[in-house]
Amino acid sequence: MKYVLLIHSDIAFWDSLPKEETDRVIGNHFKLMDELKASGELIRVDGLAHDRAFIEFRDGAPTVTDGPFGEVKEQLAGVFVVDVDSLERAKEVAGPISEYGVVEIRALMEDAGTEM
Amino acid sequence: MTSELAVEDLLRQLAPQVLAALTRRNGQFDLCEDAVQEALLAAALQWPAEGVPDNPRGWLITVASRRLLDQLRGDAARQRRETAAIALMPPEAWQVPPPDIEALPEHEDDALTLLYLCCHPSLSPASQLALTLRAVGGLTTAQIAAAFFVPETTMAQRISRAKATIKAAGARFELPPDVDRAARFQVVLHVLYLIFNEGYTASSGDALQRPELAAEAIRLTRDLRRRLPGDGEVAGLLALMLLTDARRAARTQPDGSLVPLAEQDRSRWDRAVIREGVELLTETLPIGAIGPYQLQAAIAAIHDEAAGAEDTDWPQILSLYRLLVQISPNPMITLNHAVAAAMVNGPESGLRMLDALGDDQRIARHHRLEAVRGHLLEMAGDPEAARAAFRLAARRTTSLPERRYLEDRAARLAT
Repeated sequence: MKYVLLIHSDIAFWDSLPKEETDRVIGNHFKLMDELKASGELIRVDGLAHDRAFIEFRDGAPTVTDGPFGEVKEQLAGVFVVDVDSLERAKEVAGPISEYGVVEIRALMEDAGTEM
Repeated sequence: MTSELAVEDLLRQLAPQVLAALTRRNGQFDLCEDAVQEALLAAALQWPAEGVPDNPRGWLITVASRRLLDQLRGDAARQRRETAAIALMPPEAWQVPPPDIEALPEHEDDALTLLYLCCHPSLSPASQLALTLRAVGGLTTAQIAAAFFVPETTMAQRISRAKATIKAAGARFELPPDVDRAARFQVVLHVLYLIFNEGYTASSGDALQRPELAAEAIRLTRDLRRRLPGDGEVAGLLALMLLTDARRAARTQPDGSLVPLAEQDRSRWDRAVIREGVELLTETLPIGAIGPYQLQAAIAAIHDEAAGAEDTDWPQILSLYRLLVQISPNPMITLNHAVAAAMVNGPESGLRMLDALGDDQRIARHHRLEAVRGHLLEMAGDPEAARAAFRLAARRTTSLPERRYLEDRAARLAT
């Protein structure tokens, strides 16, 4: 089963942490990346830059806006795509990268189906 | 000139034999497996252009042995020179088999021992599948990666981790001890079944890049059946695969959407394959204890032999499910049992069985439970509730074609 792990994080709070603490947490991310690579479960991993732009349809035309998340402190900070045996395993994998944030686990849709 | 396809077929047949011969003599399954892959690669490059050597198995064993020796010596430079030199030797040079080969006859249990090793209980199912396809099926890592829609580096790591895990578990190249053998054999059959399922459910994709996993599973199971002709469950598994695969052309529309069994164009079912599956079952059913694969094959045969959906012998299917839940209880089987019960005794009877499944954590949130509930509620004349069940099922599935199908069922019930 393929899952995407979306790491939502409060950037302002993150920036207020001492450097040793952020280094420790980032170290955990790298450790997880290495483990998932070695086990053959990692499909890809990406960190996301802070700046973001939103495009929405306004009056029938694509328009640059502030987006729908103005009030929300959390933003998407990184993405893991993994291929694991079960949702349970995906939850286990998400554990170490959930510190100071929330990891959302979503299954990737497959392009195949079984006879109904 | 030999066609690349013919060479590939031959190589995939020889791959497990060569690997088994090498591992039997040298141990070190992980290193032998690498060496055999390199020999296969050399052959795949050379044979189509220069012809297949008179003793292809001997050629592969010799090239792989030298590669292994180099690996053991850890002499990287020498290793490259020698492998290249061997691969460049003209096929005539192999007309007399090297003395090595005489000492490596094919052992009766080789293929089976290799299967046991690849399906070692220390491995996760995903790793068992990948390793079986590579070591027994002779597929390349790139082909296996394409089959499972993951990057090649991911698959390469998975296979190399699997080999390291087997090594760490202290597994040896020998048949499992008697006390474990029956349980280990069940795992082997299950892995073959999973490979088949993976291929059967996958959409066609890029046929050139993706090996046909269902066909591969059938090939491997056929081979196992040749080696164990007296085993009813091997025959049952092969029959189940054939009787399911026979419906392949009718189960999807050209746009990839799913056609349920009851609505399939039965003239597109492969009659020859159905006949083979039925004959296999008829031959083996009367012999020995009956197992879950034989029962599932028998159910598939009843579907396949009905001229139309309305001619299906549901009472017979129901009695087979009653047997199946007894010898192999699992919630998916209970789900199908409920469908059969509904077809024979009316939808309420099936719906009652589904209610009991709602407490089973293994299936309570599974989309198929709601999909079946939707069908039975529709049969029961409750379109409102049926629509809600189909919608819930559509939200829970992780398959796009299934979601389209379930949304369509819900939409059809809209007032």
